[in-house]
Amino acid sequence: MRELSLHLLDIAENSVAANASQIKIEVIEDTKSDLLQMSVEDNGKGMDAEMVASVVDPFVTSRTTRKVGLGIPLLKEAAEACNGFLKITSGVGVGTGLFVQFQRSHIDRMPLGNLGDTFLHLLIANPSIHWLFYYRVDDKVFDFDDAPIKRELEGISLTEPSILNYLRETIEIGIQALNTSDAGEKINSFKSAGEKK
Amino acid sequence: MTTIKSLEDLKKAREEALKKRDVKAAAGTAQVIVGMGTCGIAAGARDTMKAILDTIEKDSLNGIIVTQTGCIGLCEKEPIVQVVIGNQPKVTYGKVDPEVAKRILKDHVINGKPVSDHVIQM
Repeated sequence: MRELSLHLLDIAENSVAANASQIKIEVIEDTKSDLLQMSVEDNGKGMDAEMVASVVDPFVTSRTTRKVGLGIPLLKEAAEACNGFLKITSGVGVGTGLFVQFQRSHIDRMPLGNLGDTFLHLLIANPSIHWLFYYRVDDKVFDFDDAPIKRELEGISLTEPSILNYLRETIEIGIQALNTSDAGEKINSFKSAGEKK
Repeated sequence: MTTIKSLEDLKKAREEALKKRDVKAAAGTAQVIVGMGTCGIAAGARDTMKAILDTIEKDSLNGIIVTQTGCIGLCEKEPIVQVVIGNQPKVTYGKVDPEVAKRILKDHVINGKPVSDHVIQM
């Protein structure tokens, strides 16, 4: 895969497959420490220690027992090639957290790519899951929680054109704001709008 | 400068969706399922998904549900898209790039005519 955001999409699919009802994705770019960190945390069915050890090595597990394929090993290899690492913590019945770190300026680090598309597609295609997206670039933050939006929609489908437009623009504008040169401020479109009421 | 979307914008979007939904209700629902396993994503499923969502938004196509599925064991045919309209049997498409995805939406989902050159016989 050519973009880290595609890897994130792939990793999050594991959480969906693990029957998670809540999934939190975090991406942090810190220029001072020169790190790029990503994590996916879910409350799905989790894995025991043996399973955790095997999902990072594609040649240990047998096709019938593994629930994840090549996605995690590929991401691990990409991180290790950039002075980074990949770590999984998991507990049966508790959920799974995957954390991956890269040296941000490393010549071999894949571009983040279209993070907005990854967020939007996960949100739209898995409407029963509670999604939390957090993206920080130095002191600027995009923090998205779909719960207040879904409460407001009262069951209206996320794929209705007007809703789709709202969600796409909310995510795109929120992410764009992180990459402009404005002074650091917290962009949290929905919560700030709600609190004014 | 970009404007941040507000709660009012969401309320307006919801009202609009409600109005359209009442009109569409009689026609039955269409479900579009995109394969999003590692194989699908590596083959370009996110671009296919993007094309589907963009077309729904730009052409104001109401009453379509878009969901995803994992690897269904046909990795060499990815990106895979499946279409279910009302009570009709599921149609599975292979090698669905963004252009094919747009054709599937327009010809099959809207006009009921499957895009035969990309159908996979299951």
